[in-house]
Amino acid sequence: MKNTEPVLEELTDDLFEIAGRKVEQSEKIQRPPMSALRDSWNRLKKNKGALCSLIVLLLILLLAIFGPVMNEYKYYETDYGAAYQPPSGEHWLGTDKFGRDQWTRIWEGTRISLYIAVLAAFLDLLIGVTIGAISALKGGKVDNILQRFIEILVGIPNLIIVILLIMLMKPGILTITLAMVITGWVNMARLVRAQIFKLKNQEFVLASKSLGSSNRRLILHHLIPNTMGLIVINMMFTIPSAIFMEAFLSFIGLGLQEPLASLGVLINDGFQGMRNHFYLMLYPAIVIVAIMVAFNILADGLRDALDPKMRK
Amino acid sequence: MNKYLFMRLVNIVITLFIIATATFFLMKQMPGSPFDEEKLSTLSDEQRLEFYARYGLDKPVSQQYFLYMKTLFQGDLGESYYFKGQDVSSLIIGRIGPSALLGVQAVILGFTIGIILGIIAAFRHNTMWDFSTMLVAVLGVSIPNFVFAALLQYYVGLKLGLLPVAFWESYSSSIMPTITLSLMVIALIARFTRNEMLEVLQQDYMLTAKAKGVSQFKVIYKHGIRNVLIPLVTILGPIVVSLLTGSLVIENIFSVPGIGSLFVDSIKVNDYTTIMGLTLFYSAFFVLTMLIIDLLYGIIDPRIRISGQRSE
Repeated sequence: MKNTEPVLEELTDDLFEIAGRKVEQSEKIQRPPMSALRDSWNRLKKNKGALCSLIVLLLILLLAIFGPVMNEYKYYETDYGAAYQPPSGEHWLGTDKFGRDQWTRIWEGTRISLYIAVLAAFLDLLIGVTIGAISALKGGKVDNILQRFIEILVGIPNLIIVILLIMLMKPGILTITLAMVITGWVNMARLVRAQIFKLKNQEFVLASKSLGSSNRRLILHHLIPNTMGLIVINMMFTIPSAIFMEAFLSFIGLGLQEPLASLGVLINDGFQGMRNHFYLMLYPAIVIVAIMVAFNILADGLRDALDPKMRK
Repeated sequence: MNKYLFMRLVNIVITLFIIATATFFLMKQMPGSPFDEEKLSTLSDEQRLEFYARYGLDKPVSQQYFLYMKTLFQGDLGESYYFKGQDVSSLIIGRIGPSALLGVQAVILGFTIGIILGIIAAFRHNTMWDFSTMLVAVLGVSIPNFVFAALLQYYVGLKLGLLPVAFWESYSSSIMPTITLSLMVIALIARFTRNEMLEVLQQDYMLTAKAKGVSQFKVIYKHGIRNVLIPLVTILGPIVVSLLTGSLVIENIFSVPGIGSLFVDSIKVNDYTTIMGLTLFYSAFFVLTMLIIDLLYGIIDPRIRISGQRSE
């Protein structure tokens, strides 16, 4: 028998070809590197409701900035000859009992609501986070005193504190601001305290500490980033309730006073003359509902987006 | 348990004491007086002193304070400045009925509809049922209650003429305020029930029950709903707050003679004794409700037991 096939005398490397594994690719990062913030933003973008809310809020912000200057009327400008005019080309949303332009007044009022929103968020961050963090980090006596203080504040209905304060001072934007300084931050302080208490005994903090991190580094690089999600979510839920509080107080006559326009004042005005001039109540009501719904949906969306458990 | 209850009660007494003291001194600082200043100045000095003596206003503030505290411990809130010759306590008691009726009706309506909506939404997850329930939940939290009340009054009361617009005449007068008050309750409960139910549906014991041949209805009722209802206790707090806040403005809009409208009215006419009495009343109600809710946690859910209970 003759062997027709060539016999391999030697197995050399060049006879082989690498089928799958490539050294340079095995070490390659498959997904683009992404910070936690970017990751959350991507998830938020997929949430249609939250995205719509964001657009609505931006639109309302733009109108609040440019709305009052889009026509020549001022929010305090009265014109008794043109009282109670229905919406028209001249007065886009009509005029109120003193002939003041409703369009200008509504966006002027929206400015107040947005100011309250920014203020609430700012106070939450400044006072709430600071007190919560100090309470948790210092512990012991400081924590004890701060917690007793907070317990008493929580024991009193917020509204009562606000109403008493407003009775003491003149009703107005300053008083509402001060009332919020007293009451607005308590919830945030409690949440941040609980979260930091939980974090500060975890292994990664201990590891960082034993590697010689300073307190400053611990706080800035480990504790705050891990509390951020909670802070943002709570802030987003504080904002609509602050906006509601201002509108509510103005509606029962304890908030802003005429001729200043806030959405609560406008709705109260419209409510008085609702029977014959429904448009006076309808438009400010639409604006405040839009703001509230948008903030609430956005807050929901953020809660889902910032939750690391949702990451795929 | 007893020790815990005792500590809580001590805490409550301290809180109420602080509120009473704070309101008393705040009231003394308030601008404006409940009396007609012009008429008062026409009186002779002697008559004026006599007038002040009638309300105990002739003594120094510190003495007034101790006198107020003394009568307070006897359950006497003093005489109203505005409703001449009427005790604040009897004024409050006389006004409790309508408010209690509205509150109880709103809670019953809110829980019933909220739980039903939540269960339907969970069982028809990701269908139109689910989406519309979530829409109701978002709108219920977002629409300010005074806006909803005004819209309801306009469309149902004025346009359709189905229900009395305002005033407390017959039972039907309580329907619209009840619906308005329950809106927030429905929203909170529907959302909560849905989320809890979705979680319960994935539990192993639900599968076990189904596998052993329990009927669909029984699975839902005996194993599902019961386990969903337990954590409902956790949102009772926000619900009570929303009812208290809501009663202030809704009773005003619908002219209900309850304690909410009494509060707002007495603020408008500077009736200090009534304001103080109602502040204390609201605070006491609030603090006691919170205590009951906290105790309910322990009773309803055996997994949450108040710490310190075992140590006895």
